[in-house]
Amino acid sequence: MSPQILWFATRGAGIVSLILFSAVACLGLLAVARTQSARWPRFLTVELHRNLALLSIVFLGIHIVTAVVDPFTSLGIGAALVPLASSYRPVPVAFGVVSVYLVLAVIVTSLLRERIGHQVWRAIHWASYAAWPLAVEHTLTAGSDSWSLWMLAVQGTCIVAVSAALVHRLTSGGTNRSRLAAVTGGTADPVAVDPAWRNQ
Amino acid sequence: MEPRLFAGPPAGSGPEPLADHRARLGSRPSGAAAAATVPTLEASGLLGRGGAGFPVGRKWRSVAGQEGGRPVVLVNAAEGEPLSSKDRTLLRLRPHLVLDGALLAADAVGADRIALYIGTAQRDAHASIRRALAERRDLNVAIDLHAAPDTYVAGEESAAVHFVNEADARPTVTPPRPYERGVGGRPTLVQNVESLAHAALIGRFGDGWFRELGRDVTPGSALVTISGAARDGVREIEIGTTIGELAEQAGAGTTARDRQAVLLGGYFGGWLSTERGWDVPLDPIALRAAGSAFGAGVVAFLGNDRCGVRATSRIMDYMAGQSAAQCGPCVFGLRAIADATARLATGRPERDDLERIQRWSQQLAGRGACRHPDGAVGQLLSSLRVFGSEWEVHQRRRPCTRERVAAITPARNREQVA
Amino acid sequence: MTATFRPRPTARPDRPAGPGPARTELVVDRIACDGFGMCAELLPELIELDDWGYPIVAAGGVPDQLLDHARRAVAVCPVLALRLARIPAAPVERGNAGWHGNRPSSVRG
Repeated sequence: MSPQILWFATRGAGIVSLILFSAVACLGLLAVARTQSARWPRFLTVELHRNLALLSIVFLGIHIVTAVVDPFTSLGIGAALVPLASSYRPVPVAFGVVSVYLVLAVIVTSLLRERIGHQVWRAIHWASYAAWPLAVEHTLTAGSDSWSLWMLAVQGTCIVAVSAALVHRLTSGGTNRSRLAAVTGGTADPVAVDPAWRNQ
Repeated sequence: MEPRLFAGPPAGSGPEPLADHRARLGSRPSGAAAAATVPTLEASGLLGRGGAGFPVGRKWRSVAGQEGGRPVVLVNAAEGEPLSSKDRTLLRLRPHLVLDGALLAADAVGADRIALYIGTAQRDAHASIRRALAERRDLNVAIDLHAAPDTYVAGEESAAVHFVNEADARPTVTPPRPYERGVGGRPTLVQNVESLAHAALIGRFGDGWFRELGRDVTPGSALVTISGAARDGVREIEIGTTIGELAEQAGAGTTARDRQAVLLGGYFGGWLSTERGWDVPLDPIALRAAGSAFGAGVVAFLGNDRCGVRATSRIMDYMAGQSAAQCGPCVFGLRAIADATARLATGRPERDDLERIQRWSQQLAGRGACRHPDGAVGQLLSSLRVFGSEWEVHQRRRPCTRERVAAITPARNREQVA
Repeated sequence: MTATFRPRPTARPDRPAGPGPARTELVVDRIACDGFGMCAELLPELIELDDWGYPIVAAGGVPDQLLDHARRAVAVCPVLALRLARIPAAPVERGNAGWHGNRPSSVRG
């Protein structure tokens, strides 16, 4: 196999992964913010979020396998599995390795959601807030053409999109659960509830 | 009627000491004799006195038959219903009768632990039970005392279990119900103190004796808490006594016209007009047929100079505020209903308020983790039936026929009312 | 807020499940439910939303032809508040006199 193909595959799959993960992150934030419109129902946000996440794993897999298998990179399996074990740009590659592990934890717990229960699932899902920035960092620093114009445009778009979604999520008022106690209206002292009951 | 629970020293003498209790009633059945009381309880037809009226014998049998560890008995005296004081009165005056019942239950179901769950504000009841525990030498199981929060839902059985387990008196999702998995994950018998007191007597004197009282369908005697336009207090009545008879005994008039209506059961119970209800027996079955409920034995009389719409709106406001704030329908639904009834009561209703509260009420049933919204809404629906024409008057912004509307302010937290 | 996807009004208001033949029912964990409302979008035949976005599930169980849709609705819930339960056939029960006619499953003892 021509080494060029592997090199293109690694970079191509990596870029597609980044785009897909960014879309997944946006959709996740929009889902929590209960975003919807006349033509976009809420279930679509959640189901697309899950399906794209699974799709991005495929591209992530291609990215990692082709990078390791490529004879022209010095990346061996060790570099892919152990952070900082790479001889080529150890820190940038490590960002990617850690990001993958976090993503795997999120994906596996999501697939086993019904078995592990909502609380555990949710706690681990917070890891995605670290996984995405690490992936972006990895793209910026480990990629060989990250600073070319078109790559900057792609990365910039991803960052802007996810940031906008994050702002939307933070300003959308939180879940119902956080408001429930305030709505109930506090408790009236039972003795003062109704003097009618105190009549003789 | 010869008193049963309140037989013995008069109310003014405080807690009955152990020696007097034993002299009067003898010693309690224990061991194998205790286990044999389950069929007796079933035969007696004793219904639970905490509000739901579930047959006591059947409950003990279910708990005894569960797998999953040695059962626990949870003695429920949280009594969060503001109009009820029978449980604290019983604990204050007859603590040994309640303890007999709890120990009998523990023997009967094979429990090795009794958790006493008593409302924090009930200082007399706490003191009485502590003194009674110190007097006894026959405590063959571990007993722990818990101070229940003074909230409305703290007495709900899953809330009681939740508190004993994790100091959080909010209801939990069921199944599993406490009788399957409760305190410490073990089968738990949650029983009201009055139910246990009756069981203690049935254990000694038998089901035939218990069934000697009871004028209508349901046998036995029961404690009721009387309040409102009457002489306040806790009384023991023969089940089946009519509302009119009780009214006469309690100074709430001699004819149906002397009072307007009566709230039975509690804030989760049901209203009954005195016109329809004067001759209705205070019996769970008869009351249910009349659109009301026996519930926790609350009997609150509404005077003729009081507005039923306003009384109902204040109850709804309280019930909305007492939601455990866990389930959306209860939180939002009860609050919306309470606000609408407050607007109606104070003469400032919106156009569809009356129609809305009926729609929301119908939507709310069964959609919380516990029956708090169901109870509140049931009481409201009975109020709409009993005070129907007055609700219409308020919706149309006509002057209230009973009270000056200017004198009414909606109750929120600690606002004063004229 | 109102749901944009208004279901056809075929869902009946929630009633407590009573006696009946064996069937599959949708059960809502009322404490976990936070009113996301996606279940109603995916199963409008059986689920409608109240004025605050919380589900009202029609009584009578899930008919066979809707089971796949029901499973999808169960899967979409972000807080796992919806589940399918197989309810065995239950005989009519008598004897609970103290409540309103609602099934008294909250027992204070």
